Amino acid sequence: MGLQSTLPLLLGLAWLLPLASFALILLFGPRMGRAGRHAASLATVAILTSLALSVTALTWWLVAHPLVGGHAEHGVPAPIVGDWYPLGDFGSLRITVGYYIDSLTLAMFCMVTLVASCIHVYSIGYMHSELSEVFDAQAPKSDGQPLCRRGRFCRFFQYLSLFCFSMLGLVLAGNAAMVFVFWELVGICSYLLIGFWHERRSASNAANKAFIVNRVGDFGMLIGLMALWAGLGTFSFNDIFQIVRPGADHALVVPPGMNYGLLVVAGLGIFCGCVGKSAQFPLHVWLPDAMEGPTPVSALIHAATMVAAGVYLVGRFYPIFTPEVLLVIASIGVITLFMAASIALVATDIKRVLAYSTVSQLGFMMLGLGVGGWLAGMFHLFTHAFFKSLLFLGSGSVIHACDTNEMPQMGGLRKKMPVTAYTMLVGCLAIAGAGIPMVIGLSGFYSKDCIIAQALSFRLQNPVLGGLFYYASLLGAGMTAFYMFRMWFLTFAGRPRDERVYAHAHESPRLMTVPLVILAIPAAIVAWSVPGTHWGLDTLLQQARPAGIDGASGGQFWPGVVMPAESVSHLNHAISGAAEWSAIGVALTGFLVAVAFYGLRRWNANDVRRMFSPIYWFLVHKWWFDELYAFLFVRPVLCVSRWVAIVDQRGIDWLVDGSARLVHGVAILDDWIDRLLVDSLVNALARRTYALGIRLRAIQTGSIRQYVVWIAVGVVGLFVLMSFYWNVTT
Amino acid sequence: MMNLLTEPVGISHYMVVSAVLFVCGVLCMTTKRNAIGVLMGIELVLNGANLNFIAFGSPILGGGQSPLGFDGQWIAMFVIVLAAAEAAVALAIALNFYHTHASIDVDRGEELKG
Repeated sequence: MGLQSTLPLLLGLAWLLPLASFALILLFGPRMGRAGRHAASLATVAILTSLALSVTALTWWLVAHPLVGGHAEHGVPAPIVGDWYPLGDFGSLRITVGYYIDSLTLAMFCMVTLVASCIHVYSIGYMHSELSEVFDAQAPKSDGQPLCRRGRFCRFFQYLSLFCFSMLGLVLAGNAAMVFVFWELVGICSYLLIGFWHERRSASNAANKAFIVNRVGDFGMLIGLMALWAGLGTFSFNDIFQIVRPGADHALVVPPGMNYGLLVVAGLGIFCGCVGKSAQFPLHVWLPDAMEGPTPVSALIHAATMVAAGVYLVGRFYPIFTPEVLLVIASIGVITLFMAASIALVATDIKRVLAYSTVSQLGFMMLGLGVGGWLAGMFHLFTHAFFKSLLFLGSGSVIHACDTNEMPQMGGLRKKMPVTAYTMLVGCLAIAGAGIPMVIGLSGFYSKDCIIAQALSFRLQNPVLGGLFYYASLLGAGMTAFYMFRMWFLTFAGRPRDERVYAHAHESPRLMTVPLVILAIPAAIVAWSVPGTHWGLDTLLQQARPAGIDGASGGQFWPGVVMPAESVSHLNHAISGAAEWSAIGVALTGFLVAVAFYGLRRWNANDVRRMFSPIYWFLVHKWWFDELYAFLFVRPVLCVSRWVAIVDQRGIDWLVDGSARLVHGVAILDDWIDRLLVDSLVNALARRTYALGIRLRAIQTGSIRQYVVWIAVGVVGLFVLMSFYWNVTT
Repeated sequence: MMNLLTEPVGISHYMVVSAVLFVCGVLCMTTKRNAIGVLMGIELVLNGANLNFIAFGSPILGGGQSPLGFDGQWIAMFVIVLAAAEAAVALAIALNFYHTHASIDVDRGEELKG
């Protein structure tokens, strides 16, 4: 069997197994063991099998396409494309369930299934309380008593399986229509899981917020897809890329039937969907609120995979983006990474720190993609997935132990829960980009360096804008190191600040710590190459690099902008060296400031807070985005809906009520006629029949001999009658 | 009446005999209180009717032609079988009647009245 037939089979199976698990749990979940505890095993086995299949597929691919170093584009192997099942032909529009498999798809499959497997195992421990009846103090009933409800253990795993299926489908999709379907499916899974504890008002609000904000982005995405289809007449990735970049040099040309503006609209529209899903400015507001969901969900969906899907899609659609669109992507990325990092500086909820850190890191990826660093953005996506899921699972372990999200109540937990503390330290080091320049570093060191080097390379071409991007990203990197170590010191170091919480804290069960340890390994080493060879994640992703995107200059609307080729920032040691040193410099600065504030307590954070109180309030209120949106959108909508409600109640309800009253009156009249005429007629008939029956009863005397007399008399009478009327003609 | 005595034996004579049998049967049914007596009356009535069928089915009695032909004989056969079956059923009823009432007086069956 060749690669062309094997890979679709392997990945297709890996994709559909979680769906099977979802369907089985949906139908038989509560009957799987006591309180459905075996549903977890089923879901975990399904995703582990998917992981094995994905790794097998990746191995198969690597055997056929060994990795080579360098930035040569001629070594890019062709993707495996095809259709499994045609859904329908509508004129020239053909919708299929298809696949587009290249090394990016394979790497995403392995990453998603690996992270998801760890999180499935972790969830068995974390969601343990859902096996029995749950008293939810955060969802009080109207009388103030905590709500008592049945555990929803198997439902949690049912949703997780559905999510895995959707996410893998999104990655595997061979055309934009299928992407959109799975895009919405991951959205609905996110909605269901954020609102998993939907009795809590905050959780149901957060779920609605996530869903509605994502609709805004998806609206833009629909426009982008329509523009794309209107211009190109196809949804298939392979066709799109070949139409948009037809030449031997794969330069972007405006295809016939489309003008440059439409291409920009298509690119911006698709990016708009990614803005919603990846929580970029200005649609970032849903992600911090999404932390209302269970922590494994935050780790899987709102850190490692789903929110990264927006970045993935930007990477996938990269060949159609014009320089203007890339510039928009980069600008949005820079704004997001700076804003989110600044909010994370002051957040006290451990999960919110991580949530804003996620938003910030996604901004980093967008920046990397936007300034021409396709590999940089994608690379950071993978490293981020591992260390951020690790950090989230660690925070879940802390929350599990302390029963609170607030870091000011923690402290000193290092001694109580060493595994969690040190695996999280690995995560913090990785996200901060710790490493020794030119020698070795943790995963974030390499991927963030790629982005910063690309930003620097961009700056050399476009001094003003590039300078802004470059310094903002450096500042963001510094803040990243600061807030991550602030979180670590506040949680694990120092003396316990709340004795009650500290006394209650304990290390999590083995089911939860083992996934932490497993995830800590890729979080540290995923960016490393096999020593002495070119075998590494970056060269693997390099195989999927779309042809012709390396280096682009001047769009029609903005001729001045030049996208530097990514190979420049890699091969030019002046650039990469400078980026590496400056990145490690700001990270170290952030780390030292965090140590000074929270580790050694040389400086007092409260003094600084008082000193810069306006800025502090600005950051604590999350730049007043929620209030701004409440003022701009939520309140007008509520106002309009109140008016509509009044029209509904006064106008439409009046009409409906009036017609109902009319019908009621007619019915009363009908009832009266019915009783008076029809019923009395029928009753009279019945009464008459009854009276007749009573009277006829008298004849039946019960005396047999009398009957015989009657019969005889009757027969004789008949004959007498017959003799009068019978004419015997013969 | 006189003609009957002078004429050779024909259908009319049979009819007279059967009429007498029939009337005897009816009277027996109406007057007897004993259920067996009533059954006997029924037999008489049936046989009176049978005699008529035979007579009308016979070409000799009809002077070369018969109104019913061979059918008369057949019907008679059926009536005999029927009478036998009826007697069996009726005797069973009589036995049960005796079980419930400790007598076979048909007037005791007044609970049949409506």
